[in-house]
Amino acid sequence: MPGNEHSGYPHPHLLGIEGLAPSEIEAILDLSEKYVTQNRQVDKKQSVLRGRTQINLFFESSTRTRTSFELAGKRLGADVINMSADGSAIKKGETLIDTAMTLNAMHPDVLVVRHPDSGAVELLSQKVDGAVINAGDGSHEHPTQALLDALTIRRRLGRLSGLIVAISGDILHSRVARSNILLLNIMGARVRVVAPPTLLPGDIDRMGVEVFHDPKRGLADVDIVMMLRLQTERMQGSFVPSVREYYRYFGLDRAKLAYAKPDALIMHPGPMNRGVEIDSDVADDIQRSVIREQVEMGVAVRMAMLDLLAHHRRNTLAGLVA
Amino acid sequence: MSGRRIAYLNARLIDPESGRDETGALLTEGETIADLGPGLFDDGLPDGVFPIDCGGRILAPGLIDARVFVGEPGSEHRETFASAGKAAAAGGVTTMLTMPNTDPVIDDVALVEYMARLARDSARVRVHPMAALTKGVAGREMTEFGLLAEAGAVALTDGVRAITDSRVMRRCLSYADTFDLVVCQYPEDPSLAPDGVMNEGELCMRLGLAGIPCQAETIMVERDLRLVALTGGRYHAAALSTAEAIDAVREAKAAGLRVSAGALVHSFALNETAVGSYRTFAKTAPPLRAEADRRAVVAGLADGTLDLIASGHDPQDVESKRLPFAQAATGIIGLETLLPLTLELYHNGELPLARALGCLTSRPAAVFGLPQGRLAPGAPADLAEIDLDVPHRIDEDGLRSKSKNTPFGDRPVQGRVTRTVVAGETVFRHGRD
Repeated sequence: MPGNEHSGYPHPHLLGIEGLAPSEIEAILDLSEKYVTQNRQVDKKQSVLRGRTQINLFFESSTRTRTSFELAGKRLGADVINMSADGSAIKKGETLIDTAMTLNAMHPDVLVVRHPDSGAVELLSQKVDGAVINAGDGSHEHPTQALLDALTIRRRLGRLSGLIVAISGDILHSRVARSNILLLNIMGARVRVVAPPTLLPGDIDRMGVEVFHDPKRGLADVDIVMMLRLQTERMQGSFVPSVREYYRYFGLDRAKLAYAKPDALIMHPGPMNRGVEIDSDVADDIQRSVIREQVEMGVAVRMAMLDLLAHHRRNTLAGLVA
Repeated sequence: MSGRRIAYLNARLIDPESGRDETGALLTEGETIADLGPGLFDDGLPDGVFPIDCGGRILAPGLIDARVFVGEPGSEHRETFASAGKAAAAGGVTTMLTMPNTDPVIDDVALVEYMARLARDSARVRVHPMAALTKGVAGREMTEFGLLAEAGAVALTDGVRAITDSRVMRRCLSYADTFDLVVCQYPEDPSLAPDGVMNEGELCMRLGLAGIPCQAETIMVERDLRLVALTGGRYHAAALSTAEAIDAVREAKAAGLRVSAGALVHSFALNETAVGSYRTFAKTAPPLRAEADRRAVVAGLADGTLDLIASGHDPQDVESKRLPFAQAATGIIGLETLLPLTLELYHNGELPLARALGCLTSRPAAVFGLPQGRLAPGAPADLAEIDLDVPHRIDEDGLRSKSKNTPFGDRPVQGRVTRTVVAGETVFRHGRD
């Protein structure tokens, strides 16, 4: 049946992992596989988004996520425009909703939005006609990161269900942690969080995770170690006393990694602070570290999402005409 | 002194202070209540008395709202005394106690006088301004308590800000006692919630928002109570929202401290789930708490630990609410919804009618030493005629406040004000104003 690979994702937007069904996540990952293959060809260009306009609207600085979305859109044939908070009307005091209305008048088909405030992307999605992809909102969600992480794991280990995943670092402020916890739980993995209590929300156990303050215990027998970036401004005595103390007790090095399964994978959403949350030796271990693979999967997952949302939109519009 | 005489006939007279609840009539003469009771006009109306038939509805003292923010001066686009006065009258509120967090802050004798004059000229209801406890509500230097009180300040508060410095708070409590003034505190330790925008807990974590833990309130209340014990001063916790802080006040009252406390309507009418997915109209101060805390507020009202209910009326224009949750303004309006939402406590069987009405009349009057808030000969003729049972939905577009920031739009409620009388004059009639 034509278009079958597009029928598994029935939502108009991708605002978060929360609310997605296992089959929907599988559908995204399955379609992503196709784009992984295509991205390894010499000719990477397709035309499924020809004539479509994609606006990357970034209210918070980003290089890799924005580039990844830009590449994803261009490889699918979309016209991609980047807007960042610097130099735009945002700095002149225009509200988020005004910006949304202004952009909406230009009829973009897809808006990829990152914003420093939790909930801002959902708010914006209520005011525009096009599909909206959340590229990170405050400390809330970063769904494409969780999807690309899941794709990386699934390709390496063949499954998600039953795996033990340790997420370590600044869980308190991390949208990556929230989206990953949600997705891994939906797909049947067991999730642990490993961090000092000052970097954990008090109610984190309510998200269905096991909580550890000691990496030796938290990493014991895990299949995957997922390290999070630590914002250095949070390291000057406010959440942890110093970089060197954090690195000593929570940074991932060979000694701590030895507690994990012998073939445990090492992941990091980037950009890394070498010598803060992760040792260079571990980060560059080509046997264990899949950090660069995550970047590759990122483009494929974003292509799949753009494809799925464009498809959904085409069907919705067709429905309106009919 | 005499004046126009008006008889309110066929009324269910409810006076929470005396416990009166009986059918009868009430006579006002000029600005005061002259007489009331069953059989008052059994022998017919005397000449020159104007009759008003209450049709069996409740006649209660006009409501006293002990926590009202008005935009004037400084933010007239949000609310003026004229618009707040209209809203108050429509809500049965005959007395508003206003907060000093205006621009400029009300921390000076001239400003209190200015506020009082402005209110008298443009508001349909009585206004008693509260003055700032500290200059510029900065929490450091005391204002001129005695002179401010003489100019008409009914109590002292920094409004939306707690006095965090324990030494300053100790001195405020000691010094205010000289003039028998109440120190009114918004008890939230800002250092525990510097960026907090909602109740700390699971929902807050899932939404990725910064939380305000219950302990921010509990710690501040417990510290204050120790300072009250130390100084013997009079203290009013303006807006309690947590079970533990209410427990602390309950114990302090049992120990004989001169303490009173209030709850805002939203603290018992909603819980944190109203925030849902980033609903900024549910961004309140204090924040909407968990269900267990909401129930503790109801229990505190039922056993009298919480003396009064206030609206915390805080008009914010829609633009400042149509923002991402963390950036959106805090506060909801409440003058017109104060009564129907308080009556929910009665209709749900949680509070007897007299106690529910007492939280809006006699008890705030007692806390702040006001002569109104009761039906008695000689008391000011401030009255609210209430249709207790009429079902309706809160119509946010029909609200008279300049700002419509209410999370209660479309909520089904029972009971409304049908007539409001201030100083013997009708200032509102349902269906007419």
